[in-house]
Formats: sequence, C-alpha cells, structure tokens
Amino acid sequence: MKEITKGTFITDTEADTRAIGLSIADAAEPGDIVALIGDLGTGKTALTKYIAEGLGITEEVISPTFTIVREYRSGRLPLYHFDVYRLSGPDEFFYAGAHDYLEDSGLSVIEWADIVADALPEDALLIYIEYAEEGRRRITLI
Amino acid sequence: MKDGKHLTLGIETSCDETAVSVVADGREILSNIISTQIDIHTQFGGVVPEIASRRHLENINGCIDRALSEAGVSIDEIDLVGVTYGPGLVGALLIGVAAAKSIAFACDIPLVGVNHMHGHIAANYLEHHDLEPPFMSLVVSGGHTNIVNVPDYNRCEKIGGTRDDAAGEAFDKVARVIGLGYPGGPKVDKAAREGDRDAIAFKRVWLEPGSYDFSFSGLKTQALNYLNTERQAGREINVNDVAASFQEAVVEVIAEKAVCAAEEFGQKRIVMAGGVASNTRLRELISQKAAARGIDVLRPSPILCTDNGAMIASAAYYAYRAGERSGYDLDAVPALEF
Repeated sequence: MKEITKGTFITDTEADTRAIGLSIADAAEPGDIVALIGDLGTGKTALTKYIAEGLGITEEVISPTFTIVREYRSGRLPLYHFDVYRLSGPDEFFYAGAHDYLEDSGLSVIEWADIVADALPEDALLIYIEYAEEGRRRITLI
Repeated sequence: MKDGKHLTLGIETSCDETAVSVVADGREILSNIISTQIDIHTQFGGVVPEIASRRHLENINGCIDRALSEAGVSIDEIDLVGVTYGPGLVGALLIGVAAAKSIAFACDIPLVGVNHMHGHIAANYLEHHDLEPPFMSLVVSGGHTNIVNVPDYNRCEKIGGTRDDAAGEAFDKVARVIGLGYPGGPKVDKAAREGDRDAIAFKRVWLEPGSYDFSFSGLKTQALNYLNTERQAGREINVNDVAASFQEAVVEVIAEKAVCAAEEFGQKRIVMAGGVASNTRLRELISQKAAARGIDVLRPSPILCTDNGAMIASAAYYAYRAGERSGYDLDAVPALEF
C-alpha cells in the first residue's frame, strides 16, 4: 500500500467517512488487505462503499454477510469484500477459499477481521471503528 | 424417464447446504435431500467446518445416492441435470457444478445451469401445481431481498433489491444484540408475537418515491442506538417490544413495496420465496394489503423456502423445455446477477 496517514480520526459526518474511504482507495495497490474491526452498526460496510467509490467501482456494494465474499471488478482494482461475521475462525476462512482472494491482485477488504486475525498478513491495514459521542465514529488506522 | 415422467436431478451447493433432489415433470418432488439432515459428525468422524467447499465435497456423492434411492430411481433413468452455478461462494458452487457435469457426461444427458434466485421462485411450482407465470415475486432471505417481475417461466426481471443488508440479515443481527440468538428470523418472529409493535417508533426507510429498492442498514443502526441509549439510562429493555417494533419496520416496507409493484405491473398474484417468506407478520401484512387491492398471495411451505435441490430441478426443467442447454464448460459465477 502507498503512504497513507495513520492515526485516529473522529468522523462527524458521512463526508468525513467518505474522505477516509477515498484516501484508502487512492493508496491501494494490487494484493493489499484492509482489515475492518468494529461493532455492529459502526459503518464497516459504509466505509467499504466509499473505498469502492474511490476505486471507480460502479456496481452497488451490498452487504456480503450471507455469501462471505462479494467481488467487484468494474474499478481500477478488483475489490474483494469479505464479511466473516458468520465464521468461527481462521480455519473456516481458509475453507471458504479466502486465500485465493487474498493472494490475488485485488484489494481485499475484510469486515469483522478480528475473527480471522491469525490468518492475516502483518502488513494488512488495520482499521478500528468505534462509537464516539453523539453518533460520531472514532476511526483508527494502524 | 420412469412411468412416462421426465426426471430431473437438481443439485444445489451455493452456500451452507449440500442439497440434491429428483423432480418429475418439473413439479412433483420424488426426493429432496438436504445435507443438514444427515449427521455429518458420525458419518465423517469429526467436526467439519460449517461453511466449506470441503464439506460439500464430502457430502455430495452421499446426497446424490440418497436422492436417487429415496426417489426409487436409478441414475440411468434421469433425463436432465440441473445445477446452481451462481450466485454463491465460488468454492461451494464448484463442487455442485463439477458433480453435475460429471453425471451429464457419464450418462450422456443434458445439463442446465440454474441461477439460484430463479430456483427460489421455482420452488412455488412444486408447491402450487397449477401456478403459472405471469406474477410478481418477492424473494426475501438471509442473503437476498428482491422484487422480481416474472412474465414467463424463463424470465425474471429484478425491479428492486437491497442496497445494503438483506432482510434476513437484519433480523439475524438485531436478534443477536437483543440476546435472542441464531437463527434470528424465527426467534424475532416468535418474540414479536408477545411484543407491542408500536412500542418503539423505528423509522421506515422508503428511499426515493417510486423506488422498489430497500435499505435496512440504517434501521439496524437505529435499533442499536435505541438499545445503547436505554442501557445507558439504566432502563430495562423489553426484548419482545424491540423485536415487534423492529420487525414491523422491516416487513411494513417490504409488504407495501411488493404490493405496489404488483399493482404497477398489473400482476394479480404475488409469489413469495426465500426463508423470510415464512415470517408470520410479513405474511399477515402482505395478505391484508394485497387483499385490499384484489391481489392473491402464494408462498411455498417452509422446507421449500430454504435452499434445496428440488427448486433447482424445477427451474432447470422449465429452462430445458425452452431450449436452454449448458455445455461442459459451465463455470461457477459467484456474483451472478438476477
């Protein structure tokens, strides 16, 4: 991944979240992995939609919870959008065929990545999203 | 052929279930094997991951054998193989597609690849033997929320879908945070019967006027915010009221949009499909709204609402009758569109 500003951001509005999504898309290179960690309703799918927008993806990005992964190929890089919410851990992630995607030349974005943390490479971009006061979100890039 | 009936073997491995069925003349179920009915742990001696192409691989041959033996037919009597080739998990889909191709090749019979979503709609042909298109279909499940116009057996025109979470997924997630557990749909349904659906004013998400699309992600966040606020204020949460109010906000929008779609497209019937079609309140509300406008509502029994091979066999049969054939180059298409 190209250089990206890391640290903690408090997002007030959707526009703030969008800016973070677009900057991740700008920095993304083939084979990069973004690990999203945050509770239900914190906006992991919303952030992924903005990453997709930044990659120039034209299809509607919808929740991959049911199918575990959805692929989008209309942008600058293929986007592999995972949601491992229903998986019990790295073993099931492996059996679901995840490595075929992770080793491919797209950008993989993984929601609930804490569940499969052991299966992720050390250079994955970790993003924590937490509830902050009054509907805001605290987004930390590591 | 057996007793003058055309036999289709239907194979479905798009997600969690390995399912195989034999269907006669596209309408009559002779067998309907779903792998979750088989005790995998005793059969294979160990824990097998819940979602795994490996599990499909271990199950598929056993399921095919059982489907044939329960139907009382031999593989030589099968006339057609239908298989789900998308949408779904690529590794899972590939197992079914490979099995179907092998059988078609070995037995020298035609092969038809089926869109999983078309299969859900076709489940109704197995339940309602006199049902024929045209109709409006509402497909609601853990992974899908779609309104689909069905002008004939082989055309499914999606006119609306979810922009974020599927309806069943929203149920699952809210069920989890209010401590009802999995599977969320039936648990919320049951709790809601004891609750007040007007207790909490969750906002209905209608989107732009005239749109048949859905959005449930914001509603999920509303429910979470409500729970957080109540907990922080130290107020006790009435789980049944939350379930009833949340469910109402989901199903009211689905029911209204489905009925409006049927009306706009001049359809006299709404045909429901998918797991959430079993939701008590959705059925009640859609029946009320439809009856007021002279529209009938049909749905399959719960076993046919879940993923199964019979619905794939039925869809394959009608595609085959319309001249459709797949080659041995049939491939899994994980993101297959409606």
